[in-house]
Amino acid sequence: MRRVVITGLGVFASTGKDSKTFFDNLCNARSGVRRITQFDPSALSVQIAAEVPNYDPADYFPTKRLDLLDRFSQFALLASKEAVKSSGLEIKEEERSRFGVVIGSGMGGAQGLDHGYLRLYAQQATRLHPFTIPKIMHNAPVSQVCMEYNAQGPSFSTATACSSSGHAIGEAFHLIKFGLADVILAGGADSPITYGMMRSWESVRVLASGNGDPARACRPFSADREGMVIGEGAAVLALEEMERARQRGAEILAEISGFGMTSDAGHITQPSVDGPARAIRVALEEAQVNAGEVDYINAHGTGTRLNDATETTIVKLVFGERARHLPVSSTKSMHGHAMGATGALELAATVEALRHSVVPPTANYTEPDAECDLDVVPNQARPMPVRIALSNSFAFGGLNAVLLVRRLE
Amino acid sequence: MNVEEKVIETITREQHLTPGEVKPDSTFAELGIDSLDGVNILFALEEEFKIDIPDNVAQNMKSVRQVVDSLSRVLEGKDISDLVAMAKGEAQPTSN
Repeated sequence: MRRVVITGLGVFASTGKDSKTFFDNLCNARSGVRRITQFDPSALSVQIAAEVPNYDPADYFPTKRLDLLDRFSQFALLASKEAVKSSGLEIKEEERSRFGVVIGSGMGGAQGLDHGYLRLYAQQATRLHPFTIPKIMHNAPVSQVCMEYNAQGPSFSTATACSSSGHAIGEAFHLIKFGLADVILAGGADSPITYGMMRSWESVRVLASGNGDPARACRPFSADREGMVIGEGAAVLALEEMERARQRGAEILAEISGFGMTSDAGHITQPSVDGPARAIRVALEEAQVNAGEVDYINAHGTGTRLNDATETTIVKLVFGERARHLPVSSTKSMHGHAMGATGALELAATVEALRHSVVPPTANYTEPDAECDLDVVPNQARPMPVRIALSNSFAFGGLNAVLLVRRLE
Repeated sequence: MNVEEKVIETITREQHLTPGEVKPDSTFAELGIDSLDGVNILFALEEEFKIDIPDNVAQNMKSVRQVVDSLSRVLEGKDISDLVAMAKGEAQPTSN
């Protein structure tokens, strides 16, 4: 059976514009949540987000290129650049049709869409910019990355809300495992911090207010948690068939050996216990790992009342007695809920935890909640060996994606 | 600024070219303008001149001169049915 390894990591997010800075900040419990700067948020009840700070696209792209890049595509290209560079990947001409790109996005080109609606409805424009469609389509980042690296193999976008990049990476893993591709750049990209999106989320009443102290707004598993914080960014991982990676002497960061995906088929927003629990079990089974062998879980951990309590029940159901002593942290407490990018950001954090033998904390934890009585690694990173870890993504709509990564000795 | 100057200025700006690169007799192919660039330029011209350029006329604009000619006639309120017919391959252009 073909095995799949991660040979490159790329991150562009509120908590770091490269994977090293990103993980350093997570381990030091530094939040990327700030007052929104992309537009004047004064009219909103929630005026904060995990926004990429001091970002000027002109620093990274020529003007002509930018005309066709919505913000989420820019992030995808930037994360891909680091992933490709760090992997040392070189694709020969005859390998191009087995080199693909799979990038998830929950919200698509939210910026372009918002701008278009502003023109159409508020400014009464009768025509929209002809680049609107090629910029906002969900697959735009995929196609842009394909063109950048001349990837001509299996390539597509996944859109499963908060699980989008979990599904993207899992599908990419399976494409390589089952022989349909040899190398795939897989991850997620989203940039949903627009006036329209923020208003839409506001009305769902799941956002933490936290305007007075943005960095502390997101407090997953803590008794005083108030909700989630919207984030943005991208993370891309270079996935490669193990023998190929070994033959070229690549540094292997981790192996992906399990992917569980399930559907709750229950409620459009409320998570179930059964669906996610089955997803974890499927991932364990594919990797042939016993529940007792898992060293760390990067939680979905949104910071809402409902998610965190339900996720606690799920972990207890699958891991039994061990659940109390199994480190489970939510890095969303710092990089926010980056929607379609979040699963990839969290897998990047999980891979770094394996490599550096340190588990990033759940930041902003203040008081225990009886409904969330897990070892949530509160506030301080924990040095410890991590051989096998899970990354959970449980989306709105009940679509779950769980990835299992392991360290190769 | 006449129509030709305005068209050249718009194409130069939208294509991020340097002034002087776009000449009255340049073709889109020479300027590296592909089909998507083409619709972008037409959009910019429609905005610039506050006019609507019919799709079947737009499809026939493959050079600076064709753009200037078509725009001039639209702006003068002249009948452009022959241009439309030409776009459909039904007639040869008539002289002004």
